[in-house]
Amino acid sequence: MSAVTYITKAGGLWLLSRIEVPEYAEAGLAVLPGAIIVSIVGPELARAGPPEWGAGAVALLVAWRTENVLLALVSGVAAVLLFRGV
Amino acid sequence: MSAETSDSPAESERADRTMHFSMTGVREGFIECIPIALSVAGYGIAFGVLAAQSGVTVAEAAFMSATVLAGAAQLIAIELWAHPIPVGTIIATTFIVNLRYVLMGAALQPWFSRLSPLQSYGSVFFTADENWALTMGEFRSGSRRGAFLLGSGLAIWIFWISATVVGAVSGAAIGDPARYGLDFALTAVFIAIAVELWDGRSRLLPWAAAFGVAIGAASVLPGRWYILLGGLAGCFAEVVRVAA
Repeated sequence: MSAVTYITKAGGLWLLSRIEVPEYAEAGLAVLPGAIIVSIVGPELARAGPPEWGAGAVALLVAWRTENVLLALVSGVAAVLLFRGV
Repeated sequence: MSAETSDSPAESERADRTMHFSMTGVREGFIECIPIALSVAGYGIAFGVLAAQSGVTVAEAAFMSATVLAGAAQLIAIELWAHPIPVGTIIATTFIVNLRYVLMGAALQPWFSRLSPLQSYGSVFFTADENWALTMGEFRSGSRRGAFLLGSGLAIWIFWISATVVGAVSGAAIGDPARYGLDFALTAVFIAIAVELWDGRSRLLPWAAAFGVAIGAASVLPGRWYILLGGLAGCFAEVVRVAA
């Protein structure tokens, strides 16, 4: 994990002194982290039920309003407890 | 990103501009990054708690934070964590999710090409999303403090490791995760990261492609390969969208 992460961090610096990155490749790379996260959460939520869907919506709303990861975690967890209880 | 960067004013003045790499630069980067590092610490606590819940020891979590220093990749590794550890899947997914750093490193190149290899390749280890953005702003405004990425990165690194330890110690003290709804914590964190990565409507097509392929692949393939396939589908959809 350390090695492959460092390769990506140093790779761009190394590569750009040699080649020009085309625009479409740049766009494709930029979208990767988001696409991976969607691929993790999508099937997970599809397998879950209404309490998780509701809590997911709460986490989404809190993250969007506050831009705070820890706050989104806390409210998502509180919401899932609440919704599972009812 | 890189096409615009290479045409920036700083680039055209390259010939008569030297970069300084000094302790002062490190210190200034460090101090300016402390407020940002504090918010990174909140994220680090979340990572520590989740790592402990997945059966990772405090020492392992701290070691991972110290040597990897990439929040999203570390959380995904925790999500994939099982016994035996699926090494191939974790390394491949780490590489793919970190490919964005290639772009970020490329954007630093006009300034870092004026530093020694040890200075530049040493500094990039400390690249995180937050201090990279701070450093780019610094360089674009004409600063010559070449050690800024290193200084700001050190601030993030120290807060990230400390927060991981705090989170992992408290996470290990909590018993059954589902009883406290903590089985949902990682999902909530991923949703929050997705919100941060949402860049407007242009993301809709690649994300929808990722979603569709991931759901489809999850129902037919064993293991967690659907994560990589979904990610690559999103990447492919974006390449087609931009090239078309």
